[in-house]
Amino acid sequence: MRHIINIEVENQAGVLARISGLFSARGFNIESLSVSHVDTKTSNMTMVVRGDDWVIEQINKQLNKLIDVIRVTDITTSGRDYVNRELVLAKVHCPSSKRGDITNLVDIFRAKVVDISNHSVTLELTGSEKKINAFLETLKPFGIKDLARTGSIAMIREFHDKTLSNHV
Amino acid sequence: MTGAELIIHAFKQEGVQAIFGYPGGAVIDIFDCLYNSDIPFYLTRHEQGAIHAADGYARSSGKAGICLATSGPGATNLATGLATAHMDSIPIVAITGQVATHLIGNDAFQEADVCGVTRSITKHNYLVKNIEDLAKILKSAFYIAQTGRPGPVLVDIPKDIQQAKTRSTYPDSVEIRSYKPTIKGNKRQIKKAASLIEQSKQPVIFAGGGVVSSGANQELETLAKKIQAPVTTTLMGLGTFPETSDQALKMLGMHGTAYANYAMQQADLIIAVGVRFDDRVTGKVEQFAPNAQIVHIDIDPTTIRKNVQVAVPVVGDVKYVLREINKLLSEQKHKTWMKQILQWKNDHPLSYANIGKIQPQYVIEQIAELTDHNAIVATEVGQNQMWTAQYYNFKKPRAFLTSGGLGTMGYGFPAAIGAQVANPDRMVIDIAGDGSIQMNIQELATAVIYNLPVKIIILNNGALGMVRQWQAIFYKRRFSSICLRRNPNCPPNCKQTEDDCPTYVPDFVALAQAYGAAGFRITEPDEVQSTLKKALETPGPVVVDVIIDKEENVYPMVPSGAPIDEMIRGMA
Repeated sequence: MRHIINIEVENQAGVLARISGLFSARGFNIESLSVSHVDTKTSNMTMVVRGDDWVIEQINKQLNKLIDVIRVTDITTSGRDYVNRELVLAKVHCPSSKRGDITNLVDIFRAKVVDISNHSVTLELTGSEKKINAFLETLKPFGIKDLARTGSIAMIREFHDKTLSNHV
Repeated sequence: MTGAELIIHAFKQEGVQAIFGYPGGAVIDIFDCLYNSDIPFYLTRHEQGAIHAADGYARSSGKAGICLATSGPGATNLATGLATAHMDSIPIVAITGQVATHLIGNDAFQEADVCGVTRSITKHNYLVKNIEDLAKILKSAFYIAQTGRPGPVLVDIPKDIQQAKTRSTYPDSVEIRSYKPTIKGNKRQIKKAASLIEQSKQPVIFAGGGVVSSGANQELETLAKKIQAPVTTTLMGLGTFPETSDQALKMLGMHGTAYANYAMQQADLIIAVGVRFDDRVTGKVEQFAPNAQIVHIDIDPTTIRKNVQVAVPVVGDVKYVLREINKLLSEQKHKTWMKQILQWKNDHPLSYANIGKIQPQYVIEQIAELTDHNAIVATEVGQNQMWTAQYYNFKKPRAFLTSGGLGTMGYGFPAAIGAQVANPDRMVIDIAGDGSIQMNIQELATAVIYNLPVKIIILNNGALGMVRQWQAIFYKRRFSSICLRRNPNCPPNCKQTEDDCPTYVPDFVALAQAYGAAGFRITEPDEVQSTLKKALETPGPVVVDVIIDKEENVYPMVPSGAPIDEMIRGMA
C-alpha cells in the first residue's frame, strides 16, 4: 500500500543522508521525497513509500530511532482527511496554431502558463498525484519536451467532517 | 579554553578513567593536552586495537569506552570496531580528528568523510563545525551512547575547532528534543504480560544482551524462580543467568544446546527479554516456536515485530519492566514442564568424544575449572567462540566478551586488554583461534608495555575452523583457502588427511617471547591441565598455543535455514 509519511527533523547537515541511508541499508523504497525547512531549526520531509504493514511499521520505527528525527506521522493511516499536493512544470511543444487547444486544457485543469515561445509553452500545475497524471496524459499528444515534477507534500485537514473539508 | 582543552575537560567531567587511541596530525592538539593530563592513555599498535579495547572496557565495566584517533586512515581504521559495538549495543564515545574546516571537501591530506563512512555503523555521529557547539555535542555524545539502547557515538572534530578558543562550559545535562528513550513500560502492557505468564503451562524465559545493558540479571533470576521457568540465553546474554543452575538451558540457536532448542519449540509462552530474534537464534523463522505466544520486552521499539510476531510487546528498560512484572506475579509451579526440561537435559547434554587428541571443549572446561567460572573471558570469532559459549558455564554477566552480531575476528585480544584495564584485579583470558588471533596480534606490544596480564589461549587447529567445518559438512570437504599451513607446493585438492604438511607459521611461542610475553605450547592431552595452570599463574601477558584436533567441529549445529530443533549432532 502507498503511504504518505511526514517527518519532522532537525534542520542539520547530513539529516537527509541519514534518512536516505536508512532506506537503502534496509531495502525500503522511496517513491518520492520532498524536503524543505520550516524554520531555522526544523525541516519537514514528506515521503511516499510503498510496502505491506510490516514494512511500513519498520519504516516508522526505524525513522523514529534516528536521533535527528523529531516526529514521524503516517498521514495515510492517521485516520484523518488530508490534503496532498504535487507540483509539475511541463514544457510542451506548441506552435502558435495549437495555442488555443492548450490554453483550453490549462483552463480545464486550472493550470498556469508560466513561459511561452514560438514553439512551446511551459505550464505549471499543482494538484494531487492523480490530477497531475491526468494533466500530463492529456498533454502527451502535443509532445512534452521537458518535465519537472516534485514529490508529494501533504497535511492533515483540521475539519474532521469530510463533506466540509471537501469544500475548502 | 581551547577546543582540545574542552575535550579533556569533558572526559574529566564524565569520569573517564582510560582512553585508548593512536595519535596523528589532526589530533596533535588533543594529545598535547593529554601530555599534562592525569587520565591514563593507552597507546595501542593499531586504531582497530584501540576501538576494540574501548569496547572490551565498556562491556566488562558497564561504563562508556573512550577511543581517540586521527583523521582519514585513523578514523577509517575504527570502522570495524564501531560496527562491532553498534551491532552489540555497546556504549563507546569515539573522538576523531578531522582536517581543518576550510579544507573539508578539498581532498586534503588524511581527509575522509568520516561521518559519511560511519553513519550506518554508529548510533549517532557529529561533525563539529562551530567551536560554540562543541561542549553540547560532547555532552550529547556521552548521553546518547549510554542511554536507551546503548551504542557507539562518534564525534569528528576539525583541527581548527580543536585550536579555537571558547568560553562555553561543559553542561551538566543535555536535553535532546528528538531523543527520549522510553524507560517505563506501558502499565497496561505490563499487566497483559503478567497475565499471559500466569496462564502459561510451559513458559521459557529467553534473555539477551539487553539484560546485561540494563543490569537486570537479579530481576531475571527473581522472575525465573517465581514462575519456575527454564532460562535460555543468546550469545550476548550468557552470564545473565547462572549456567550451572537446574533451570539453565544455556545458549539456544545454531550452536545452542539441544534442550534449549527443544524447549523453545515446545514452549507455549516465550518471555523474551532484551533480545532481537537474530537469525542465528530463530533458524527458519516460519517454524520458530510454533506453539508459543511471545512476550517481548525491549527498550528499542524497532526490535519488536522485526523478525517474529509478538503477542504482548513491552517497550521499556528491561530492569524496570521485569521489576514491575515480578510485582504482579504470584508463585507458579510447572512440575511437569520442568521434569520434561530435566529429561531433555539428561538425554541430550553437550558432549564430545575423547579420542586421544586434544579436544578444544576439554581445554575450555579446564580453563573454566581453573578459574572457577569466574574469569573475564573474551573470544575471537568462529569455533573458539562457540566452544567457549558452550563449555565455560558463565555465572555472572559482563564476564563474556564476544562479537555477537558482527562476528569480528580479531576482536577478542584487544577487548581483553580493555577489560584488563577496567578490571586490574581480575583474571582476563582471550580464548582465540589461530586465525583470529593474527588479526590483531600486534597488540601483544600494548599488553606487554602496560603490563596487562591477559592470558591468550590459542586453540590451534591450523585452519580457519568454522569455515572448514562448513566446507566439511556442506561442501564435500572442498577445503578452499582455510588451511593456514598451505603453501603453493601443496596438492591442489588436499582433503587434509596427510600429516606431512608445511610448518605452521608463526611459531606463537617464539612470537610471544619476541614481544616479551611468556609462551607455552601444549601438544598432548595430559599436559593440558598442568600447563594451563602454570600459564594462568605466570605473571604478565601469556600466550598458550594449544594444538587441538583439527577435525573437531562445533555441535550441535542447526544448518542455516532449518528449524532450530533439526540439529546435526556430529559427523557419522
